[in-house]
Amino acid sequence: MNHIKNIVVNILYLIQGMYVTILNFFRKKLTEQYPENRGKVFPYSRFRGTLVMFHNWKNQHRCTACGICQLNCPNGTIKIITKNELSEITGSCKRVLDKYIYDVGSCTFCSICTTNCPQNAITWETGFEHAIFNRSRLYKKLNKENSSLIKNGKI
Amino acid sequence: MFHFSIVLNCVDKFLHVYFTDSCVLFIDFFLVGIFILVFYAVLALVLIYLERKICAFFQCRLGPMRVGPFGIFQPVADMIKILLKEVIKINGVDVFLFRLAIYLVIIASMCTFGAIPFDRGLHVIDFNMGVFYFLSISSIGVVGILLAGWASNNKYTIIGAMRSGAQLISYELSCGLSLMIIVILSGSLKLSVIVEQQFYVWNIFRGGIPTIIAFIVYLISGHAETNRGPFDLPEAESELTAGYHTEYSGIQFGFFYLAEYLNMFIVAAIASTLFLGGWMPLHIIGWDLFNEIMDHIPPIIWLFSKIFVCIFLALWVRWTMPRLRIDQLLKLEWKILMPISLVNILFMFFWMMYL
Repeated sequence: MNHIKNIVVNILYLIQGMYVTILNFFRKKLTEQYPENRGKVFPYSRFRGTLVMFHNWKNQHRCTACGICQLNCPNGTIKIITKNELSEITGSCKRVLDKYIYDVGSCTFCSICTTNCPQNAITWETGFEHAIFNRSRLYKKLNKENSSLIKNGKI
Repeated sequence: MFHFSIVLNCVDKFLHVYFTDSCVLFIDFFLVGIFILVFYAVLALVLIYLERKICAFFQCRLGPMRVGPFGIFQPVADMIKILLKEVIKINGVDVFLFRLAIYLVIIASMCTFGAIPFDRGLHVIDFNMGVFYFLSISSIGVVGILLAGWASNNKYTIIGAMRSGAQLISYELSCGLSLMIIVILSGSLKLSVIVEQQFYVWNIFRGGIPTIIAFIVYLISGHAETNRGPFDLPEAESELTAGYHTEYSGIQFGFFYLAEYLNMFIVAAIASTLFLGGWMPLHIIGWDLFNEIMDHIPPIIWLFSKIFVCIFLALWVRWTMPRLRIDQLLKLEWKILMPISLVNILFMFFWMMYL
């Protein structure tokens, strides 16, 4: 009798399992058809795709070229090249950012640079298409041409 | 209703005008052979596509989507790939048996394929012992699998083949016993007679509870005979690399693959022929207009939709259950399915006599 009871109970369990799988059959599919849905916006704002430097409409950024990100980077990904610029107001020389060079090829996207930046000059964006044909193009210059430091910390 | 043998007779008469009798017989055989081979290959492609799509849907994926619209040419691409692959020569292999195994497997499934009635009069041969023919010829495939495992000179293949032998031979029993229910019910072994009898009520409803039990038992044991789903011990890829066809490559492996898919189709076809009315449309006693409308749908579509339902059930089970252990597998057969189908036959006798 116990044998028959076992069979009946197990059949019920199997039916329960089949119910779960048929629910999955009719569920919305999760596959992303990548090149076709290129314009689709993914709602992952925290996703670390590309490192960018924020520029406002006057072509001004917030990087003071302090070099903390360069020191903190575990892979030597970031290289900051500075220049000395003569200030018109005070008449003294001041160190400003010339080139902010970032190597995607050696970046591990650990985000130590962005968390340590005192000015919040660099942030992450969600773009993830880094594939290019030439290795030298992996070195990116993050600051734009003729950009300057934001005056008074205002955006 | 349209009878397919009219067309066949027309072709036969047309050939008789130009050729002698023996020559006509030869041409007939040739045409039938070509028809079966082409149909077999095309059906395998369709089945591979269906299986990949359904499996993907069960796992919340989309399946093949790149080759052609919705990936419908994916199996064609796969087939071309497998035809172009090298057939590797392996040292220490019994070459004759190694090659013979493939043909045994594929001939077994192809012979079974020929006896399925696809339409009114559309079958290669209509034996007066068709059910026995199905059972006997489909068990030749076991010999092929055992030979493949033995001849490969590899421990994984021999373990896979031995498991397969134990599984197929034991599941043959409950498979045959559940088909005997239908033989008792219809009083005939001839497939065309069995199908004609289901004009008003399909066998699964005509025989009441015993046939429903037999149908379920047949689905389980037939599913086990195709070596797939929870019963895929012979080719359990996590334990034995690929079971009995580990050493096969290229088109040799392709034949095993083809036979596996077609066996799935054949089991579903037998289930739908014997239990679900074969190519017979759905008729309800008294509803004459409804019956008339149903007759206008071609019988071949009816058969294929029934087969599709059975295949879908098999895949559904496959993606629900985890793989069984070999002792669980044999316990399921000898302690559960066998007694149930034996008792079921007695039950069927009483059902036939008193109800």
